Amino acid sequence: MLERTLYMSIPTFKLSRRGFMAAGMAGTALVTLAQHPFGHAAVPDLADYVPVFFSANEWTFINAATSRLIPSDGEGPGALEARVPVFIDLQLAGDFGAAADWYMNAPHNPSANPLMGFQSPLPPADIYRQGILYFDDWCKETHGSAFESLDAATQDLALVALEKGDVGLPDNLRDFFALLLQNTKEGYFSDPRYGGNHGMAAWVYIGFPGARASFLEWNDPAMDNVIYPLGPVSISGERA
Amino acid sequence: MARRDPKKDVVIIGLGWTGSIAGIELAKEGLDILALERGADRDTVPDFQYPNVADELRYGVRYGFMQKPAKSTVTLRHGQNDTALPMRHLGSFLPGDGVGGAGMHWNGNTWRPQAEELRLKSYVTEEFGADIIPEDMTIQDWGVSYEELEPYFDRFEYMLGISGQAGNLGGKTVPGGNPFEAPRSREFPMKPLQMQLGPRMFRDKAEELGLHPFPMPAAIASESYVNEYGMQLGPCNYCGFCERYGCLNYSKSSPQTCILDALKRYDNFSYRTHCEVLKVELSADGKTATGVTYFDEAAQEEVFQPADLVIMAAYSLHNTHLCLLSGIGKPYDPVKGEGVVGRNYAYQMTGGTKAFFEDVEFNPFVGSGSSAYVIDDYGTNQIDFAAEGFIGGGYIHASQLNGQPIRNLPLPAGVPSWGAGWKKGVKDWYGHSLGVSLHGSNMSYRDCYLDLDPTYTDRHGRPLLRMTFDWKDNDIRMSQFMKEKIERVVEELNPTSFKSSYKDIGARYDIRPYQSTHNVGGTAMGTDPATSVINRYQQSWDVHNVFLLGAGSFPQNLQYNPTGALGGLTYWTLDAIRRDYLSAPGPLV
Repeated sequence: MLERTLYMSIPTFKLSRRGFMAAGMAGTALVTLAQHPFGHAAVPDLADYVPVFFSANEWTFINAATSRLIPSDGEGPGALEARVPVFIDLQLAGDFGAAADWYMNAPHNPSANPLMGFQSPLPPADIYRQGILYFDDWCKETHGSAFESLDAATQDLALVALEKGDVGLPDNLRDFFALLLQNTKEGYFSDPRYGGNHGMAAWVYIGFPGARASFLEWNDPAMDNVIYPLGPVSISGERA
Repeated sequence: MARRDPKKDVVIIGLGWTGSIAGIELAKEGLDILALERGADRDTVPDFQYPNVADELRYGVRYGFMQKPAKSTVTLRHGQNDTALPMRHLGSFLPGDGVGGAGMHWNGNTWRPQAEELRLKSYVTEEFGADIIPEDMTIQDWGVSYEELEPYFDRFEYMLGISGQAGNLGGKTVPGGNPFEAPRSREFPMKPLQMQLGPRMFRDKAEELGLHPFPMPAAIASESYVNEYGMQLGPCNYCGFCERYGCLNYSKSSPQTCILDALKRYDNFSYRTHCEVLKVELSADGKTATGVTYFDEAAQEEVFQPADLVIMAAYSLHNTHLCLLSGIGKPYDPVKGEGVVGRNYAYQMTGGTKAFFEDVEFNPFVGSGSSAYVIDDYGTNQIDFAAEGFIGGGYIHASQLNGQPIRNLPLPAGVPSWGAGWKKGVKDWYGHSLGVSLHGSNMSYRDCYLDLDPTYTDRHGRPLLRMTFDWKDNDIRMSQFMKEKIERVVEELNPTSFKSSYKDIGARYDIRPYQSTHNVGGTAMGTDPATSVINRYQQSWDVHNVFLLGAGSFPQNLQYNPTGALGGLTYWTLDAIRRDYLSAPGPLV
């Protein structure tokens, strides 16, 4: 069951020119590693992705919100370049979104002391769905339009209010921001098999070598302060 | 009606470390043995093999190898007047499920308890006077001494294949080891692991300050090794996927790498997975167990498995739960101060300081669960409790476990948790931090205990285990003492900045962040049936053919990781069963 839901296959897309070239190059470098789950299938532009969980409005929100949590400007990929929204969409469509592993029996006390942990009756998928609605309504009332139409500075103010619990979310949605931020970082840094960290760009950016998992000679004091020279590999054998 | 299967000589509940040892030691006696494991079957191949296991999201974040709360969880409250709420997803502690239990996803830190810790109440009373023990503290002696257990600690360490450096060989101090440890009869089976820059920086500074750093005793092979069961380990490649993962390299000691292939060759041993024991069944007089009832997932039915001997080898919390559900021992009542099952639950006090070095490149992904230098200069047997105002102690370690970025990307104070500042911060600081941490004791208290929850039930309709627990000033004072010691070393390392996280007076137990899967007590061992569930051989005082293995036996928590202690106790108990119990079943005390 875990197998099925965790590596829920990433929907196939039409082949973009850029993706095709990347696939060809990677394939040349990795002829012996042809047997991996997703091959080097080309991935289209984010704009061509058809969400499996989010509605069109929700998808617009997730793209806008994650791109403030990890903006595109400056060095390194932003959430959009890393395809974090794809990751979140697939996670919410699977076991994580359904809280399949969690104890969800009643009675629930969603206003309990936060030290007692997650106590909402709603699984993450519902918290996102209802949380986005509430928060967009709050943005309209407070700032005059839905989140995605606000300027970046106002979007940041709105997210700060959401984080601080200042937007009037009911208690059963109080973990919305924490989930959104956690899932955004997961989508940025997890293996690309889950749809995010596109091209392992987030790993390249910070210098994490991914699934290389063999470093014996790097304990040698001669290697102290030497920057590890190899780029990351993914579980499916991609290199960057 | 439950299905009734043919009788076995022995039924073992749980196939982690203690269940696997019990299985192979009793299989040698020719007994007909069945082990029941509630989780999945697991082996290095295919479950831990490269590259699939090197997946932080699946195993590190979504807890792929851990217990699923949907199937089994606890409720928690801070005090007796609170309403307990369920732990709905994992956080503070991560019990395993499946073959290997928590023994496959651990870090491999393998310690012996101090001689003083095993007779803590007597030690405190003799050295400092009984009046320093707070009124609500219920610490006890274990009922078995270090000298008695030494051969069994030794055997457990040689079975696992521990990499380390002795500090005390037969009373003689050995340079480079822990000078404060109790005497060992021989060296560790393997030389210490190789160490990375961060732990070595800590070692050098600690030495300079007159402290006594030594390598973490590691259940991770530093070279090739064959143990007493003919199981082979290969040297660690420092892949950085230890904690929360099965080992992809046959290097980390686990039931899989150290016991199970040898055990499976005994025709008189068998095991069944996805079989959760619901209850230990007792005879009409309650003095013996007649077997166990379990739920067979494949057949979707309850099964009664008769047996002459029941070895309870589930995780500590589940052993307590099963005792409460089965009527083994009298449940603890904190109001009357009577009863024993669930009494003396304790946890682990942790805390730490992250030091940031803008000009040092640590390559944090190079590491293992036990890549650490440690000091034990502030251990339980080194502290003047009367002067310091607390009972307990801890070891301090600088580790390089892994560099997995979702969970392990410490950022200095002032870096925001999202936005452009976060994005810049992760680039600036990934690979530039060194953690120096406390691993400390936790005492037992009258109102920290386990019982059955009145409201919440599991999928079998059984009441969940309820945990009543909070931090106490005694243990928080210990943590503050250690903070001062750690920050002193860290400041001497001259970092760009550092950031500390320790419990302050008034801190409440927070079930959300991971702290430690060292839940102990609940079925404490001891010399007095009025204050212990099991005798010094881990045999139920009330039901003589039930033995309880694991950290549930601890009457309060050690300052150390529990596996070395519970492993030694397991061999001690199996020896007593083989030597004395099988020929004349009855109370061993």
